[in-house]
Amino acid sequence: MDEQSHISVENLNAWYGSTQALYNINLEIPPRHTTAIIGPSGCGKSTFVRCINRMHETLPNTRVAGKIQIADLDVYGKGVSPVWVRRRVGMVFQKANPFPTMSIYDNVAAGLKLNGFSNHGELDKIVERSLRQAALWDEVKDSLKKKSGASLSGGQQQRLCIARALAVEPDVLLMDEPASALDPISTAKIEDLIFDLKQQYTVVIVTHNMQQAARVAEYTAFFLMGNLVELDKTEKMFTKPSDKRTEDYITGRFG
Amino acid sequence: MPDLTTHDISWSRRCKNYLALGTITAGALVVTVPLFLILGTVIYRGIGGLNLDFFTQLPKPVGETGGGVANALAGSLMILGLASLIGVPLGVGTGIFLAEYGRNRYGNVVRFTADVLNGVPSIVIGMTAYAIVVLKQGHFSLTAGSVALGIMMIPIVSRTTEEVLLLVPHPIREAALGLGIAQWRTTLSVVLPSAKGGIITGILLAFARIAGETAPLLFTSLGNDYWNFRLDQPTAALPVQIFKYATSPYDDWHSKAWTGALVLITMILLTTVAFRLVTSRGVRESG
Repeated sequence: MDEQSHISVENLNAWYGSTQALYNINLEIPPRHTTAIIGPSGCGKSTFVRCINRMHETLPNTRVAGKIQIADLDVYGKGVSPVWVRRRVGMVFQKANPFPTMSIYDNVAAGLKLNGFSNHGELDKIVERSLRQAALWDEVKDSLKKKSGASLSGGQQQRLCIARALAVEPDVLLMDEPASALDPISTAKIEDLIFDLKQQYTVVIVTHNMQQAARVAEYTAFFLMGNLVELDKTEKMFTKPSDKRTEDYITGRFG
Repeated sequence: MPDLTTHDISWSRRCKNYLALGTITAGALVVTVPLFLILGTVIYRGIGGLNLDFFTQLPKPVGETGGGVANALAGSLMILGLASLIGVPLGVGTGIFLAEYGRNRYGNVVRFTADVLNGVPSIVIGMTAYAIVVLKQGHFSLTAGSVALGIMMIPIVSRTTEEVLLLVPHPIREAALGLGIAQWRTTLSVVLPSAKGGIITGILLAFARIAGETAPLLFTSLGNDYWNFRLDQPTAALPVQIFKYATSPYDDWHSKAWTGALVLITMILLTTVAFRLVTSRGVRESG
């Protein structure tokens, strides 16, 4: 890798009960670029990104071993609180999950408000900035406090969730198949958004859609049955992958 | 395509169908009849005694006509209010624990205990309150009655709270945790508001249930023919007053018991309907 890494993963293993989902993952993710994670269903893509912000451990009977370093933060270090990790690593989920009882404004402000931030002038600015970054501002600016987050369309809800994640100013943004439940127009909007976001953030996106990986990501990692097969520049992965299995997957021979 | 219109179905099958349909319809009717019989009888026999005095006067001694149950109405409200202060926070707290942190052995023990408590006869709970409050204080009291009813509320409120919290979709919790919001904050500010309507319904259910309880009050708050606003003194309550009037040999008191029953049923019915309206509006807003 010709760039300094932002997220560095060493010997990462993860389990659900007695089932091992990830085997000895080692990889480096560069800063301010988009890295796509591809692979067939059940290959551990989601588990992998959920280990980065320690969401994996919120499910019952799960276990993680290994080391993840995000810049100077040792994610699984002694005394490191998962809450603290998650403030630096934002996450967007497969299905848009706005808080149903909150207005659009409160949804975006939630991460700050519920962590005790109460400077209202500042909050207004952050909400506007985040909604603009998520390309949603123009569509909702007249009903910020009137409409519930759940009243938006599916694509708008997902952009609302992106704005909500950006409002806490994370270093890293994890996206777990953020467009898989959306129509092509909404998907295009999210992809444009990801393209802009990498100016400021390190983006890791899980996707089932190889065209999407090719469109948005500079780097692509291919996972298979809990193992990392390879991670390389997206161009190279899709033209001349070093591993036979990657080639088979990309050309549609399995998966 | 075979013709499946009715004239093709054999006579015996149609008969069986009507028989089955008739049986279950009759069954459903039998279930609703007692409710209307009770309501009808209570209204018929109680409505004559309804007048302003009934709500504003103290009970008159035997032999004197007139008077009311004002002290029992006030006493019931005080006992129920204090019982809710005990039962609601403990019940909701237990429910939150069971739903959010109770997926383990300790949680199972708490859940099982709550179910057993729910099945304990109310008179036994009255005896418990007698043992832990009345004996300590040295006399019957408003507090003792509230403790008994408060204990009865806990399992009802905690189980409904747990059930509605579990209905809150998991992705909502994940969204909050993923933002770096602490678990307790997530529960308090994100999960609880989503389940507010259901929790209020649970509280209401428990309230309606204890509002009519007589047995646990018999040897805790005891009853009183006069006003009492002190926590440590015997206090009149509507169900106990009804019991006293109904078991007396006087016709005047019998009719007062019917009127008391009518007032009690109406109170519970009105609270139920009022809370339903409030909570259904809440659900629509959030949906």
